[in-house]
Formats: sequence, C-alpha cells, structure tokens
Amino acid sequence: MVPLLQLTDIAKSFGAVQALRGVSFDLRGGEVHALLGENGAGKSTLIKVVTGAHRPDSGTIEIIGQARANLTTQEARRLGIACVYQQPALFPDLTVAENIALRLEPTGAIRRVRWTRRRTQADEWLKRLGADISARALVRNLSMPEQQLVEMACAIGANARIVIMDEPTASLTQQEQQRLFEVVRRLRQDGVGIIYISHRMEEVFALADRVTVLRDGESVATLRLDEVTEASLVRLMVGREVDWIFPPREARVGEVVLSARGLSCHDGAIRDVDFDLRAGEILGLAGLVGAGRTELARVLFGITPADQGEIRLYGQSIRIASPTEAVAHGIGYVTEDRRRHGVHLEMSVANNITLASHTRLFPRGWLRREVEQVVAAEFIETLDIKTDGADGLAGALSGGNQQKVALARWLATRPKVLILDEPTQGVDVGAKSEIHRIIRNLAKSGLGILMISSDLPEILGMSDRIGVMRSGTIVATLPGGVDSAEVMSAALGTMSEGQAA
Amino acid sequence: MRGYGRELTVVALLALLLIGMATAAPNFFEPQPLLSRLTAAAPKLVVACAVSLVIITRQIDISVGSLFAVCSVVAGIVASAHGTLPSAMVAAVLVGTLGGAINGVLVAVFRLPSIVVTLATMVTWREGLRLYQQGVFLNLPENWQWFGLSMHVGQATLCGVGLLILVFLAGGLRHLAGGRYLYAVGSDSSAARLAGISPPAVTFWTFTLAGALVGWAAVMSVVQSPQVDPGTGKMLELEVIAAAVVGGITITGGRGSLWGMFAGFLLLTFMGPSLTYLGVKPYWDKAFQGGVILLSVVAERLHRRQSD
Repeated sequence: MVPLLQLTDIAKSFGAVQALRGVSFDLRGGEVHALLGENGAGKSTLIKVVTGAHRPDSGTIEIIGQARANLTTQEARRLGIACVYQQPALFPDLTVAENIALRLEPTGAIRRVRWTRRRTQADEWLKRLGADISARALVRNLSMPEQQLVEMACAIGANARIVIMDEPTASLTQQEQQRLFEVVRRLRQDGVGIIYISHRMEEVFALADRVTVLRDGESVATLRLDEVTEASLVRLMVGREVDWIFPPREARVGEVVLSARGLSCHDGAIRDVDFDLRAGEILGLAGLVGAGRTELARVLFGITPADQGEIRLYGQSIRIASPTEAVAHGIGYVTEDRRRHGVHLEMSVANNITLASHTRLFPRGWLRREVEQVVAAEFIETLDIKTDGADGLAGALSGGNQQKVALARWLATRPKVLILDEPTQGVDVGAKSEIHRIIRNLAKSGLGILMISSDLPEILGMSDRIGVMRSGTIVATLPGGVDSAEVMSAALGTMSEGQAA
Repeated sequence: MRGYGRELTVVALLALLLIGMATAAPNFFEPQPLLSRLTAAAPKLVVACAVSLVIITRQIDISVGSLFAVCSVVAGIVASAHGTLPSAMVAAVLVGTLGGAINGVLVAVFRLPSIVVTLATMVTWREGLRLYQQGVFLNLPENWQWFGLSMHVGQATLCGVGLLILVFLAGGLRHLAGGRYLYAVGSDSSAARLAGISPPAVTFWTFTLAGALVGWAAVMSVVQSPQVDPGTGKMLELEVIAAAVVGGITITGGRGSLWGMFAGFLLLTFMGPSLTYLGVKPYWDKAFQGGVILLSVVAERLHRRQSD
C-alpha cells in the first residue's frame, strides 16, 4: 500500500540553528502515528514542513505517492492535510459555520458564500464527531475542547486524509480526553492517517499504532507500539551524551534566600509548589513546555501573584503583588521572550542597563549621566557586551548581546535572587558558553539563581539541584549531574511519585 | 532616543524656510509682527508640549482643545467674580489638572483606549461649555491684558514663559528618572512593567500633567485679549499633534524629543504667514500643512527602515 505521507531525509535550518537534520517519516492510511521528542527536538518544525509552512532545505516529501517539492500551505490543504493545534486558531468573533467556511471556501473576495449550505454542512460534520455544538454559536463562547472539535470538523469538511494533532489533550479534562480519543479512533476507521504529538506516554500507548522518536532534529527510530516500553522510549528521547563543557560547580552554598511553600494559583497554572533556594546555588527548573515553569517565575516576580501559599525571603514571609514589589525585594527576572519583554529595543544600551535600578543609582530621581555611563561601561566590560558604545541602541545588538543587556539590567539592581527563563534560547553557541560562565560566576558571588531551561544538557550541566515540574508542580528534586533519563522520566511522569521525592 | 537625525531634518527644513523668507520677503522678520505672531503661538506651544508627553507614552489626548476652552472660560468667570489675576490662574490650572486626571483615570485605571476616552471628554467638555455659556463672550477686567504690563513687555513675557516651560519639560524628560519612564512605557509597556515601573501610574501622571499644562496655556491665552471666546481652542488638538508628529515624536510612542517637536511647531507656525508673504492665497495654507505632515511621516518611515 502506498503510504499517505512519506518524508525522506528532511533537513531544515534557521540561520545557524539546524532544526532538522535528516528526518524520515511515513504515515499510512488508518493509523495513528505518534511523534515523540524533547522540547526542541524538531517536532514543530517537522509539522510545519508537512503543512507547507516551512520549505525544507533538502529531502523529499511524497504525498500519496506523488513527490511535492514546493509544497505550499494552500497546496497542502488541497491535498487533504489538516492540522489541529493545541491552541485552536479560530476567529473568536465569528460563528462556528463562518469559521469553517473561511477555512474551506476557495479564496477570492467576491465569491458568493452559500451560508445555508455551509451551516447544514457544519452541523452535519459536528454531529459526525459526536459534538453537541451549534453551527451558529460564536466561537468565543466555546470551551477549548469544543474549539478543538471545530478544528476537527474543518478537517472532516476538507476531506482530510492526513490529520496532524499537536498536543490536543494539553488543556482537556479526563472526560474530554476520552471523547477526543473516540473521535480519533473514528477517523482512523475511516482510513485517515493521524500524526499524533503528545508528551503524555499513557496517551501514546492508548492510541498510537506506531511511534517515531525525534532527537536533536533527527528521527532516531520508528517502532510499532508493541515493540516498545515507556522506559525504552524515554531512553530513545534523551539518549545523547552531554557534549558541552560547563563551568565547574562551586560547592559553597549558603543560607536559604528564597523559599516557597504551597504556592498555588486558582487557574491551576501552578499548584502546591515548594522549594528552597540558597545563596550561591543554581536551582534548575526542568520540565516540558506547559509544565508551569514560566508560570512559577511569573508568580515569584509578582506578574500573576499567587492565590495561595507563602513566599519567604531570608525566612521572612513576604507578599509580592507586582513586579515593582519584586524588584524592591531584590528579585530580578530575565524573561524568556527577550525581544518583547527583556530589553527596550528603542532605548540605548546604557538606558536599558540602568532602567530597573533608578532608585538605587539616582535616589533623588535626577539622572546623572556620568553615573549611568560608569555603570553601563562596567557591565559592557564584565559581560563583554558587543556594542558600539553605551549609547548604541539595544535593538541593534545580536540576540546573545541583548540577553547580556537584559542580564545587566538585573545585575545593576544588585539582586539577591535572579530568575532566568531560558537564558540561552536563540543565542549562538559562542555566546551560550559565555552566558553559562557568567551565570556560574553570579552564583559564586552569592546570588540565588533559579534557572528555567528546556535545554536538558544545560539544566544538567549548570544546576546544583534540579527541580522537575509537571502539571504545575515540582514533582521531583534531583541533585545536579544526574542522568538525563531520570529528569525526563520525572518530567514525563513515567516514574513513580515515591521514587521522585 | 539616540540619534538626532530625524530632528535635524526638521531643523534643516525650518532653516530653509527662514532663509528663503529672509531673501524673498525680508520684511517677514520685522520685530513687531514677528513678536505678535510668536506670542499668539506661545499658548499653543505649551499645549503641544502637553500632547507630546502623552504621545511619548504611546497614548493620545485629543481633548486638549476642549479643555483649553473650558479653562479659558473658567479663568474668565473667576476673573469677573474675584477680579484677581492669581485666583483666575489657579482656577484654570486646577480645572485643567482635573480634566487631565479624569482622562488619566479612565485610561490608566480602567484601561480604556485613550483615543476613545479623550474623544468622549473632548465632546463632553465642548458641548457642556456650549450649553453653559451659550456662546457668550466673557469680558475681562481692564488691567488684565498683558498681565497689566505694556503690550511689548507682556508679549515678551508670554514668549519667555512658553520657552521656559519647554526648556523645563525637555530637561525633565532627559534628566529625571520619571522622564525616562515615559519613554520606557511608550516603547514597551510590558517590558517597563517587568523592570519594576508601573505603567498605569506613569500614564495617569502624564495625562494629569498634560491637563495642568493645558490649564496654564489657557491662562497664557486669556491675558492676550480683553475678552474670552468660549469657542476658543477648536482644532487645537490637531495643530499640536501635527507639530509633534512633524517634529519627530512618533505616534507609536517611545521616540522623539520636545526639541524636535519645537522645530516642527515653528515650521508649521511660520509656514502659513510665509505663504501669505509670498503671495500664495491663504486657502492653500492647510493644504501645505497637510503636505508637510505627510512628508514627515514618510521621512519617519524611511528613517526607521534605514535604522532597522
């Protein structure tokens, strides 16, 4: 039988980053093929290649036996490829029928749309999915799983032969999950091929016929589900040597600076988080995307204050209701999305560096240029920020140097605790080891550092201790330098909880 | 904030206009008509400063013209009741501050879009004033005009006061932490928040300060004539926004300086009379002004593309 989809040796790079370096993958009609891999293993990029959003640098794509060299998104759609994302990409202010019609109608602004037909069709497709949703309902008023069903209805309406589901259950309850599984099984019975991406092992085992594991942009194995165990899959996912030299750890760890007890948010983004962070220590936070690591950082920095629990600074209970208060308490936060939140691209390097420490540097509110220049020059030198002067625009710097400016902004506040969210994301290799060295030196100087990273080697190599998060809570605290498989197992939830403590 | 390329373009344009006038119509620079013209523009300059501050924080205030009228009338009423200049001044500034604070609360606390908020307050002040005053002019006490000084001294004083306010505000923007916060919030308010700055507080105080400045501008205008016209300040908001935009204060916030705005302001102020001197029919004045605004926006875009 000709496979629905056959990818051979797909490679794709973005600048210096090689996202895919030779992925082969095939999908047959009437199967659920799971795609597994760590954060950054290349799953999203691969999906974008299949949907025509990215054109691969090399390799071939065959759809139902036909080579498609220049696949575009329109063409992919026409060929029956549909994608259901974790966050449905629907228009909230249009009705269900309107959303479906928008997907399915050929383009051309002055074509007539037969709305009555579209509505009956939409109702029919939704019914086939076993969904109790009216085609006239506004998408805004639908729940997340209902919106996913609308996406699925689009897929049915487009007569999709290949349906890609990207972590479809991430925001679903148990019951909703079961219904989704039924839908998936029904599609499979109809001969549709389903690419199923999920971090949850139990789902993969419940649903998939075959599984392909991606690691560092390569497909390391494609196996039938009856050939594998959870443990062997985890090994395949992480099975790599740490090929990075990290600065040596310092053994001297001081008193507890920051600690949390029972931190929870009503929306469940984090729940019951406990940890202690000591002076001079790097506490790594590992976990999969969506495990609540960034949410925890946002709670600690007062962006979304916790609803329950206690934060203590040097043993004293404090309330952090806003970033302003966090800064006043000596907490710094270098954000994940540096370009949007970390630095002011339109301001000079010097202005950026001093922005969070005006109260310390200029207690009378009068900006003293000479002080600012001295502070900026100091950080430009110690962090080796490559800029054409302290008055150069931050927006003109490279990613790694912008990250250093963001770091300098917080160091200038003389913090006691520094939260780093993906400190080396999007940073080139040279700058990366430099940033590692800087982080280590900061810890050595007595800062407590909470480091979030999706880069497993980075977590393993840098952290003195590793807190592993899953579903909004820290499920395990492991010593630095443990086996990567151990961290992955805890993050995926394949390890028993007792073992984790 | 670095790089004055954009501002220098405006200054060059202004210089070109002035040099052109010096050769084509030298009597343009005779002191008396020039001083009168500048005096008439002085209150506008203060309002332009106010709006510029608001625009730098990535907001807009189109209620300044109506607020200006309200403050003028308030000054007039207090004048007829009390007759003392200081009380009228204080009243106008207080009412202006209050008007600005109302905008500030609605924008900063209730998070409403400033274009809608100030559109609403613009209409409300203007119509409320019309209802209350029915278009009747207010007569001011005799000794009020020019603060009771001679005309020349009075005019020079007003120009000086306008300039002084500009210098203070420009200095504050540059040298005070608070001034830096305006840019930080305007260029990226979520990043500013993460740096420990409170964007709502900055926004509120900026609107409030803008209101106070408008109140003071009204005082500067009222003392120039023996009567208060309750219809004053119409289209003022557009003139001052134009000055800011021409002067390189980007409407998307976070960029520009008051000095650039000053250059743009002078350019637009001088352009109309220049055209008259050159014998162009005054109907064309607005068209030329529109042209300059468009030109400056295009220049901004090109400049930006270059620096990106």
